[in-house]
This record gives sequence, C-alpha cells and structure tokens, in this order.
Amino acid sequence: MSDRSDIVQVTDVVVEFDGFRALDVPYFGIDRGELRVLIGPNGAGKTTLCDVISGKTRPKSGRIVIDDREVTDWPETAIARLGVGRKFQTPSVFDGLSVYENMELALPAQRGLRGALAGRASWRDERRILALLERVHLRALARTPARMLSHGQRQWLEIAMLMVSGARILLVDEPAAGLTDDETRLTAELLRDLAGAHTVLVIEHDMEFVRRLQSRVTVLNAGKILAEGSLEAVQADPRVREAYLGRGKHG
Amino acid sequence: MPRPRDLVLAEVLRQRSWAAGLRWFDYHAPALGALLLVFGVPGLFALGLLDQSDLARLGRYCCLAMVAIGLDLVWGYAGVLSLCQMMFFTLGGYACGMYLAMHGPLDGDGIPRALFVVSSDPEGMQLPWFWKPFADPWFAAAAVVLIPGLLALVFGWLAFRSRIRGVYFAIITQAATVALWLLFCRNDLQLCGTNGLTNFTRLLGFDLTATATKVGLYIVSAATLVLTAWAVLRLTATRFGRLLLAVRDNEARLRFLGYDPVAYKTAAFVIAAVIAGIAGALYTPQTGIITPANMTAIESILVVVWVAVGGRGTVTGAVVGALAINLLYAWLTTEVPRLWPFILGALFILVVLFAPGGLVGAWRAFVRRGERTA
Repeated sequence: MSDRSDIVQVTDVVVEFDGFRALDVPYFGIDRGELRVLIGPNGAGKTTLCDVISGKTRPKSGRIVIDDREVTDWPETAIARLGVGRKFQTPSVFDGLSVYENMELALPAQRGLRGALAGRASWRDERRILALLERVHLRALARTPARMLSHGQRQWLEIAMLMVSGARILLVDEPAAGLTDDETRLTAELLRDLAGAHTVLVIEHDMEFVRRLQSRVTVLNAGKILAEGSLEAVQADPRVREAYLGRGKHG
Repeated sequence: MPRPRDLVLAEVLRQRSWAAGLRWFDYHAPALGALLLVFGVPGLFALGLLDQSDLARLGRYCCLAMVAIGLDLVWGYAGVLSLCQMMFFTLGGYACGMYLAMHGPLDGDGIPRALFVVSSDPEGMQLPWFWKPFADPWFAAAAVVLIPGLLALVFGWLAFRSRIRGVYFAIITQAATVALWLLFCRNDLQLCGTNGLTNFTRLLGFDLTATATKVGLYIVSAATLVLTAWAVLRLTATRFGRLLLAVRDNEARLRFLGYDPVAYKTAAFVIAAVIAGIAGALYTPQTGIITPANMTAIESILVVVWVAVGGRGTVTGAVVGALAINLLYAWLTTEVPRLWPFILGALFILVVLFAPGGLVGAWRAFVRRGERTA
C-alpha cells in the first residue's frame, strides 16, 4: 500500500487524547497532484488526520513526510511555509480586514517583521489577487470588511487565500458545509481545478458533493482506515455500510 | 468610508448642509484637537482663562493619554489585554526622577534628599553605585526608553512564545506589576521606598518652579502626545498594523499561513512599553514626585477603562477616553468626591452595553447616519 512517491506520507501514526485512541493509521499517502476525499462518521478522526499533517497536533508515534522531508516535529508555521495550506471547518478569515487585505496577508512573501513594516504588494500580486477574487465572485467586494460576508463567501475567501498563498498541498475541511446548491457546485468546480497543480485533501460529509469531485475516497472509522478507492467501490463495501448504518446515517 | 480630502470650509458653507458640516468636522477633528492641545491651551493660559494648576493637570493628562495609546496598540489592535502599562510608565518616571533627584538638593555625601531621609544609617551613607550614572541626562534618557523596552521584550517574548493568551496573559501582567510595586516599596532597594522620588528643582538647567518651565513642559507633553498618536496611526495603516488585527481576529489562521505571531505581538508590546516609559518621564517633572503608588494594579486597570470608553482600535479613542475621563474625574472629585467610583463604574458598564465601539465608535456611527440622511 505504501508508495514512496506520495507527496504526503503518514506512516504508523498514532494519536491519543487522554488514553483515547483518536487515530491509528499504518499508512496514508496522497499522490502528487491528486484530489483525495476523506469521509467517515463523526469522530472518525478526519480532522485529527489533517491536524497531524499540518502540525497542529503531535502524534504519539509515527512519521509524517511531506515532499520528501520529515516534518513530524516541525512547528505549524514551518510546515505552512513548506507549502501546506489549510482551510478550517468553520470558515476562518480575518473579520476586521477587508477581503483584499485578507488576500494580501495570505501572499507568500514578507512574513517577517521587517517586511511587515516596509513591504507593499507588487502590481503583479495585486493582479493575481483580483483575478482570484473574480474567480470566487468576490471581486466587487474587495474593499468590504470580511465580517460582512455571507457564510458561503467566507468559505470561498478562505479557499482563495489558500490559492494565493502559494501552498502546494491543500487540506480543506468541510468546504460545502452550509452552502446553497449553486455555491456547492462552484466549490466542487474550484477544487477540481485546483487538483493537478496542487495536491488537495478534502474532508466532506455531503455525498452529493463528494460524487461531484469524482476522486479517490478514503473512509475513516474510529481512527482507522476502513477502505480506499472510488466512491462507488467504497459505498459497496459492506464494512463501510455497517460503519455508517451503525450510527444511523446513510452514505 | 470615503474620506473627503478636498472638503474645505468654503465648500461646506456653500452647501449649507448640516451633513456637510458634520463631515467637515469629523475629518478635521483630530487636527483641531491637536491644535487646541498644543497651542490653544497655552493661549488660554496666557489670556488668564486657565491657571497654573489647570495647565499642570492637562499636562499630566496628556502623559496618561500616551499610555492609553500604547495600550490601544496591544489591546485594541493586537487583542492582547495588558494590565501592566502603568508599570512601564512608572519605570520611565523613576529613570527621569533619579536624574532630577541627582540635580536637586543633596545631603550628606552628595546624596539626593529623598534617598537621604529614608536611610536607616544616614551618617556613613554612600551613594549607591546605580544612582551615579543617572546624573547624566543622556544616560537617564536612554534608561527611560531602554528599561521599559527591554523588560517588555523579555517578558512579552517569553509569554507569547509559550502561547499565553487572553485572560492568562492579563493575569500574569497584573502579577508582574504587583510584584514590582512590592519590590519598589522596600527601602533596601535604595529607591526611596513608598515615599518615592521627590525634591526636584532643576531639569536640564531650567528652574522647575518657573512659570516658563511649566508652560514649556506642558507644550512638550502635548506635542509628544500628538506626535505619538500620529505615529501610531501611521503604523496601524501599514502591513504591520493589518497583521496585528489579524492576530486579534484569528491567530491560528495566521500561523497556518506561515506567520509567527510571537514577533508581532512582542513588537507591539515593546512599542507600547516604550511609549509608556516616555510618558512617565514627562509626567514626573510636572507632578514633582513619582512613587510606587503609580504602579499599583488599579492604575493599569484604569488605562483599560479609558481605552474601552474612548473606543478600542482607533488610537483617537484612546486619547479621547483618557482625557475625557480624567477631566471628568478632576471635576467630579471636587464636586461629589464620594460618588466618583460609582460614576466611573456606571460609565464603563453603559459603554460596554450600549456603545461597544466607545465614544469614537458612537460618533462615527452618528456621522455615517448623517451622511445617509443627507
């Protein structure tokens, strides 16, 4: 199962919270440029797996390798600078700043204190920001404070921030939660477009949305990987059906 | 909100609209306030409409308003509640006070009077080694900036690196100011104990009792306040300022974008401490005394009240809040002294409940409404 060409490699990782085994993964890998979806019942360890990859949570044992570099005990800031971007479950943007200023802070350059005092975005950056905002239908709202945005617009702003940040590996936690049908369609389109140039890992509950992504699916249950393959294949898997049915939830 | 740069008074008068006048006043209010403080108040004093005690009081309030600006930077912008700003203020005040004491009346073997009178053994007393360099004005000036700045650098960096946040950070800053207060109250520290530093006569050769010196000190304080407010406003308009807001709104998000918030928070904390230190140094020659009472826990909490009432995250709100509450305090404590704590408490609660943006926030909402109805 282990494939050493994978850009993200999670090997023998165990995460425990007060003795509760939240994650126990012999191997989980994502291929370069792949779009992968992570599904599973609540509490299956999906977000924990993202936390481990992005450095938010330290595993009790095991190794995390990103782009051939072992990052198991790197701080999250360093992992982010390596090119791992993250969209949180609840949209998290900077409410006090405008849409444009949010994007500007996400630019990869000038993260030091000196750049903060002197640095200004170049016209090339500015054009990139505006083009990306166009893409997520936020161009007209560039000067609006982020706190005025709707839930769906905040989700998109956060995805657009990942796109401008130069991150090569995107961990996207529940991008379709609370979106209208039209918004869901656009989000799926965005993520499909991002794959290829980026490696994308999406956590999602909404099966309609997952179907739209047309990608490989990994099923987690109780911290363990239950199945991996196409959506149709994993849905046909009796163990997957049981995991969902056992909690009274249809896939 | 668009800022009407070309909004001149002539245009306002031509339009003769209430909303245009309001907008003109809103746009120019900070400059008008600055002119009033730096030139208006000395003018009123020259005309005899303000007396010397009014001038001294306003000069002190200008210094306190500077402390509020510093707190606004760390609390209003970066979202870090600090309860030790008056500790930095008092350290700056002591650095200046030691210089002043060394140039005041000396007793025994060249010992400043304030230190001599609290000594347990005045006869064989020597001047403590750390007092000597403070006779030099350049050394004292450097100490005013460096002592608060370095303390904030070490304290802030350690606390922020350990990810101490919110109420926990507020509590340890309060503990720090209480600890330093207890230390400064001790006579064996040889900083004059609870009596503090006093008996000042000359500052850089000027007689502190002379009217001209008093007016000069006031103008310097008011001008420094205006300069500080301007500089901090400029700073908040940079990328650094936006990063401070980002720290306040969502520190985790910032970290996952590859930023290390520790550097930004520490920088803001150091800037605020240095501003407070300079304010303390300007305050001391105007009051003629600096004591450990200036850094009791309550003093720093009052700064928080000024900023909250004036309006967080606006800089001008910090100045308005500090000046308004202190003027109200000066007026009410002569009229109804016993009611002051209740009035201050009620004011704080009313602002928190009904005007979370403070006085400046309420004013801006009022101006916006005026623009809409126009």
